[in-house]
Amino acid sequence: MKLAAAILIDGVIDASWLFIVAVGLTLVFGVLNILNFAHGSLFAVGAYAAASAVGWYYGGDLGPPFLGYLLMLGAALAVALALGPLLERGVLRFFYRRDEVVLVLVTYALFLILEDATKLIWGVESYYASEPYGLLGNVSFFGLSYVGYDFALIGLAVAAGLLLWLGLNRTVTGKIVLAVIHDRDISRAMGVNVTRVFAFAFTLGVFLAALGGAFTAPKISVQPGIGITVILLSFAVVVIGGLGSVEGAAIAALFVGFARAAAIHLVPWAELFIVYLVMALVLAFRPEGLFQRTSARKI
Amino acid sequence: MAAVVGTFATALIAFVVLALAGFAAPNWLVLVATLAFSKGLVALGIVALMRGGLISFGQGTFYCAGAYAAGLAMRSLGIGDAAMLVVLGAIAGLILGVIIAPLLAGYRGIFFATLTLALSMIVYGILNKTYSLGGSDGLNLHAPGFFGYRPARSQDASYALFLFTSFVTVAAAALCRIHFDSVRGLLPLAARDNEIRLEYLGASVRWVNGINFVIAAVLAGIGGALSALSLGHIDPDFAFWTTSGEFVFLAILSGYVSVTAVFVAAILLELVRSFSSQYFPNTWQGALGVFLLLIILFLPGGLGSLALRLRPSGAKSAPVPAEKRE
Repeated sequence: MKLAAAILIDGVIDASWLFIVAVGLTLVFGVLNILNFAHGSLFAVGAYAAASAVGWYYGGDLGPPFLGYLLMLGAALAVALALGPLLERGVLRFFYRRDEVVLVLVTYALFLILEDATKLIWGVESYYASEPYGLLGNVSFFGLSYVGYDFALIGLAVAAGLLLWLGLNRTVTGKIVLAVIHDRDISRAMGVNVTRVFAFAFTLGVFLAALGGAFTAPKISVQPGIGITVILLSFAVVVIGGLGSVEGAAIAALFVGFARAAAIHLVPWAELFIVYLVMALVLAFRPEGLFQRTSARKI
Repeated sequence: MAAVVGTFATALIAFVVLALAGFAAPNWLVLVATLAFSKGLVALGIVALMRGGLISFGQGTFYCAGAYAAGLAMRSLGIGDAAMLVVLGAIAGLILGVIIAPLLAGYRGIFFATLTLALSMIVYGILNKTYSLGGSDGLNLHAPGFFGYRPARSQDASYALFLFTSFVTVAAAALCRIHFDSVRGLLPLAARDNEIRLEYLGASVRWVNGINFVIAAVLAGIGGALSALSLGHIDPDFAFWTTSGEFVFLAILSGYVSVTAVFVAAILLELVRSFSSQYFPNTWQGALGVFLLLIILFLPGGLGSLALRLRPSGAKSAPVPAEKRE
C-alpha cells in the first residue's frame, strides 16, 4: 500500500515537469512540423538562467524570499524572448518544407551548438539553486514525507496545461494556431499570417521548455548533460501521446512518470530503458501514438 | 553486365590504391581510416534505407550486436581470425535484422526513427546492467589474426587490419552499388517518391523497406565487428544514441547518390573529430553542428551530389531529394 502510494506520488511529481516540457515540444511539432531536438538544450538554458538568477537574488538577500519564484518565471520568459525568435527567424525558417526527419537533424545540429554555447557561458561546474526548494515546507502522505515544492510543481503543470488548452480552444489567436496546425496552406490562403504564427508558437514552445528547466533547477544540480536526458524523455512522451496532441502529452507524461517511478521502486536495473520499452509497446499497438491526428493522405 | 564488371574493376582498383596508400601513410592515419571505414559501412546501411525515405536513428543496435558477437566469439569461443569474426558479426546483424524488420516495416518518418532509437536504447540499457558481459565497462579484445597470419609488431597488425577492412569495405560498396542499380534496388527510390503509385504497379513497399532494413542491419553488424577489432574494446556505448546519431550524420553528409561518398565522408568526419577535439576541445561539437546545418542547407543531396554536379553529362537528372510537397 505504502509502496503503491509512493509510486503513485513519485510518478505524478515526475510527470508534472515532464508534461510542461513535452507539451512545448508537441506544440512546436503541431504547428511547425518540427520535432525539436534542441528542446532539451532550451530546458537546460532555462535551468541555468534560473539558477543564476536565484543565486544572485538569494546571495545578495535582495528581497522577500517568495519573490524568487517570480524571478524564475522571469528567467524562463527572458530565455524564450531571446532565443525563440532568434532560432526560428535566424535558422529554422530556412529549412521549412524539408522532410520531417531531416528537420530532426537540423535541430540536432542546433542542439550540438546550444550545448557548447551553454558550456561557454556557464562553464562545466554544477550550479545549485536550492533556496526556493525548501520554502514551501514538507507535506506527508501515508506516512511518506514529501517536499511541498514538488506539489507546487504539479499545480504549475496543471495550470500550464489548462492555460494552454484554454488559449488554444477559447481564444481567437488560439483558433488561428489550430487552423495552421490543421493546414498551413489553406490558412495562408484565408489570410492568416502563418509566418507570425510560426514565430509565436515556436517562442511559446521555447518558453515551456525554459519554464520546465527553470522550475526543475532547484530540485537538481544544474550541469552539462541535463538537456539530453530531458529531450530523450520528452521525445518518448510526445511520441507515446501522439505528435501534436496536448491531451496526449498529459496522459503520456503520466504514463512515463508512473513507469519510471515503478521501475525505480520495483526493478531499479530497468530504469535506464523502461521509458523506451513503454514507448515501443505503445507504438506497437497504436502506430502513431495514443492520440493520433487523423490527416487526409495527400497524393 | 558490363556495368557489373565495371563496378568490380573500379572496386579492385580502389582496393589496390588503398593498400598502397595505407602502406605509405603514417600509422595514426591507418588507424583513423580503419575506424572510419568500419563506421562508413554502418552509414552505407542507412544510405540504403534513405533511398526509400527512411532514416534509422538506431543503427547502434546492429552495430553493437556485430561488435558483441565478434567480441564474445573471440573471448569465449577462442576464435581469433578476423574473417570469421566479421562473418559472425554479419550473422548477428542478419538474425536481429530479420527478426526486427517485419515489426518495423510498417512505420515511416519520425515513428520509424524514434522506434529504432528506442530499440537501441533498450539494448544499451540491458547491456549496461548485464555484468556477465562486462556491464558498462565492456570487454577488452586482443588483436585478431588474418587467415593464419599473426602480426608480431603493432604496426603490422594495424596495417593488416586496415587491409582487411578496406577489402571488406570495397567489396560491400561494390555489392551495394550493383544492388542499388538493379531493378529491386531502384524500387526504394520509387517508394520514396510515391508509395501508393508503387503499390499499384505491383511492388510491395513493406518488402522493399524490409529488405533494405535487413541489408542495413547486416552492414551495421559487419561494421560493428570491424570497429570492435580496431578499437580492441567493446562496451554498451556501441548502442548509445550518440553513436547512432553519428551514423545518421555520416549518411546525411554523404547523401544517397554515391557509395564512395559515404567513405570519403567517414574519413573526413574522423579527421575533423581528431583534429578539433585536440585543438578546440570545448567547442568542436558546436562546430560539428554548424557544419551539419550548412551541409543540409547548401548541399541537400550530400557530398555525393557534388560529384554528380561536377560530371559534365547527366547532371540534370541528378537525383537530389525533392522538396516535400504538402
